[in-house]
Amino acid sequence: MLKKTRQILAVISILMVTLLFVDFTGTAHAWFGWIAKIQFLPAVLALNVMVIVALIVLTLLFGRVYCSVICPLGIMQDGFGWLGRKSKRNRYSYSRPKNILRYTMLGLMVIAIIAGIGFFVAFLAPYSAYGRIAQSLAAPLWAWINNLLARWAEAHESYTFYSVDVWLKGGITLAVAVITLVILGFLAWQNGRTYCNTICPVGTVLGFFSRFSLLRPVIDTSKCNGCGLCARNCKSACINSKMHEIDYSRCVTCFDCIGKCRQGAISYSFRRPAKKVVGEAKDVEVDGSRRSFLSVTAVTATLAASHAQKKTVDGGLAAITDKKIPTRKTRIVPPGAQSIKNLSSHCTACQLCVAACPNGVLRPSTDISGLMQPEASYERGYCRPECTRCSDVCPAGAILPITTAEKSSTQIGHAVWVKDNCVPLTDGVECGNCARHCPVGAITMVPSVADDENSPKIPVVDTERCIGCGACENLCPSRPFSAIYVEGHERHRNV
Amino acid sequence: MKNMNRRDFLKKIGIGTSLAGVALAGCDSRNNKVTGNRTTSDSGEGNMTYRINPKTGEKVSILGYGCMRWPMMPNPDGEGEIIDQEAVNELVDYAIEHGVNYFDTAPPYVRGLSEEATGIALSRHPRESYFLATKMSNQNFAHSGMAGKELYDASVAMYRNSLDKLKTDYLDYYLLHNVGGETGVPFLRQRFFDNGLLDFLMKEREEGRIRNLGFSYHGDVKVFDYLLSLHDEIHWDFVQIQLNYVDYRHASGANFNAEYLYGELEKRNIPAVIMEPLLGGRLASLTEHLNGKLKQREPEESIASWAFRFSGTFPGVLTVLSGMTYMEHLQDNLHTYSPLRPLTDDDFDMLEETAVEMTNYPSVPCTACEYCMPCPYGIDIPRIFAHYNKCINEGNFPVSRQNEDYRRARKAFLVGYDRSVPRLRQASHCIGCNQCAPHCPQTIDIPAQMQRIDNYVEKLKQNTL
Repeated sequence: MLKKTRQILAVISILMVTLLFVDFTGTAHAWFGWIAKIQFLPAVLALNVMVIVALIVLTLLFGRVYCSVICPLGIMQDGFGWLGRKSKRNRYSYSRPKNILRYTMLGLMVIAIIAGIGFFVAFLAPYSAYGRIAQSLAAPLWAWINNLLARWAEAHESYTFYSVDVWLKGGITLAVAVITLVILGFLAWQNGRTYCNTICPVGTVLGFFSRFSLLRPVIDTSKCNGCGLCARNCKSACINSKMHEIDYSRCVTCFDCIGKCRQGAISYSFRRPAKKVVGEAKDVEVDGSRRSFLSVTAVTATLAASHAQKKTVDGGLAAITDKKIPTRKTRIVPPGAQSIKNLSSHCTACQLCVAACPNGVLRPSTDISGLMQPEASYERGYCRPECTRCSDVCPAGAILPITTAEKSSTQIGHAVWVKDNCVPLTDGVECGNCARHCPVGAITMVPSVADDENSPKIPVVDTERCIGCGACENLCPSRPFSAIYVEGHERHRNV
Repeated sequence: MKNMNRRDFLKKIGIGTSLAGVALAGCDSRNNKVTGNRTTSDSGEGNMTYRINPKTGEKVSILGYGCMRWPMMPNPDGEGEIIDQEAVNELVDYAIEHGVNYFDTAPPYVRGLSEEATGIALSRHPRESYFLATKMSNQNFAHSGMAGKELYDASVAMYRNSLDKLKTDYLDYYLLHNVGGETGVPFLRQRFFDNGLLDFLMKEREEGRIRNLGFSYHGDVKVFDYLLSLHDEIHWDFVQIQLNYVDYRHASGANFNAEYLYGELEKRNIPAVIMEPLLGGRLASLTEHLNGKLKQREPEESIASWAFRFSGTFPGVLTVLSGMTYMEHLQDNLHTYSPLRPLTDDDFDMLEETAVEMTNYPSVPCTACEYCMPCPYGIDIPRIFAHYNKCINEGNFPVSRQNEDYRRARKAFLVGYDRSVPRLRQASHCIGCNQCAPHCPQTIDIPAQMQRIDNYVEKLKQNTL
């Protein structure tokens, strides 16, 4: 019963998270956006105290259920483990805890967060690892299926489905996603929750608390015949059947052992009554939780401190060359990020914003300082004035919520004109498409020769008014390189 | 002339008997009760209405085949599209079998592929079973600055190339293509008079390689008047004009009302060949309200049939050209014209009302002739206009966020826009270089219209309508 409940909740949970990454319409977010916001590490980075406290309380009450029903990477591993158990039963065995490795990884993680080494955080963050897999692998699949439906809808004069571009947003991120999937899939297939109990920093933190959890699987030694079936079915390798002991820091409360035990010797119940002095145990619990709470607060406090052609025939279409990305001195990060520093120190590179961007603007960075974190570029579209999707979805406080009004006065970069590419000068035609589409009126067209009113008109950018949205860059007729492009700003300003 | 009432209209139909149609045989049992379907013109060639060319006495089918919109298919060995020759052959065979005998093409049509495809399809039939019309389309040469001897040589080469492509040694109808554009009379003189090209063409007519010489006109009415003023010297055998129930009295852009143009031709007894009877398909489907009105009157006939009957009713009309891409277009038109049922004065009033009502909508008067294309910056001009017009007709054109249907209509407009036109070819990418506008026979200010549509799209996208 408990196991079934856990399984059902887990499936619902992973479906919701996956939907967030594959749905490009923004509807899933309105319904399940909260599931990203209750992920542990993003909540820590967003200083979302409510969520952190709630998750710790949850763990203190029920053990690491977070790892079984909330963490999508954990659920994904359970999926592989389930497949593995189908091919070979009773395949797991008890192993000793690797505490040195666990706490070292946790330590490194804390250092990385404080030092703002974004890509290290990104690599280890479990929810983000799943996000990258969903965004790089599941989202294209979803989009292709959608595009098939869109084609069908078009044939039936329906507007229910519309087709979307599927494009490689980041090679490195895709590679990381594939490697993560292969390694974790293999480990889970063979040994269950190895990653969660050795590398995962969230697993380590929650494991610390779950040792004191109120409810836990308990072995009744009077019933146990020492068959070891429970240990051979424990994906966390945490049941020492010979000693009748369970390592609660590694138990992810999956309830598999309870069902497996033929003697009915394992039950999910209150802390072992065998303890002589109940009060003492309680003290330990309170103490533990207080201590851990303090340590979390310490981490968060530290975080808080550190971030304050010539025509002869009719018809036909001219070929259009694809735009290329200009070399930008500073990368562009979306409005709401506030600064590159803020983004890189909060972002866990989960790709939720990349998946949500409807304009083909955001993609994972290949820059080592912000590897896999979002950056903006305008070859496929621009940061449209009515859209605040990325800021709505970010669970980690890397892109803070922003309104369309605030956005239209937030300068994330400024436009730079490239004389050699500008079509009035190269093709001798009238243009002004950049000026016409600038949402803040920062571009004016002026005669290229100062005292000749009839000379070709070229754009002049008022960099004080420019917000760096990229409408000019995207709609510039010059290809492959635009005659006007956006340079990012380290810190966003209000104009 | 401007305010012709219904009596005048009847009178007009009454006169011009020299051109009056033959074979108006009344055959009204058009619904087949035995098979339960609407018979098309399968009953045979005898039913097609024919008009007589007063010069040659030849019988020309009232339905002429316009070869500007042949069906396309992806190029099997390479990029882009080519004409679907098999489909063209089928259409041509079917048309000839059902009495169509006038085929009108031009060198630039269908990206320059039309003459060849038309020639291939027609050469499978005896040469005397059809009349061939093609054109001197040297406007693009002249536009790019050619003049004098250079323009003359290039033009004559174009003429000879047409004969080659059409696999014939004579042309039944030859037209000075699209006169009236650009600067008007000076541009016309540059193309045909100053370089002696018209003399060459008249000589070809004398020698029988051009059987009928005429011109096709759009735009500046001075050019039309000027050419007709030379009628006594040149003897135009026919003139091609744009005539339909909208252009009759409500011509758009610099175009002139067809009522005047037709009247001038009739005065001189010059047969009129009609182009754009359907306005490039715009009259094949109107707004829901107008469609309902037409359907109510003739529930079993297509909306398009009204436009064809309108143009065909004028007795001085030799043939009405329709660019039929699909077999269904052809069959419907054959049905309309086998035989033609002329409009009554009541019908005429109703169509005039329809035209007046149509002018209240912000549609763009594009007929998708593609003379503006290719746009050097890749914009798909006709399809942007087509989508915009379609949305107006289908009620997917919200004018305010307060419209009860706003959300659905907005989605239909925007999703449909991305479907009809790839993003990179949408109006937002129009830079306003104005290279297209001079080519437009409807004198649409294309860049201004692009910006108008783009502004509308932006308002929809930003929800600020």
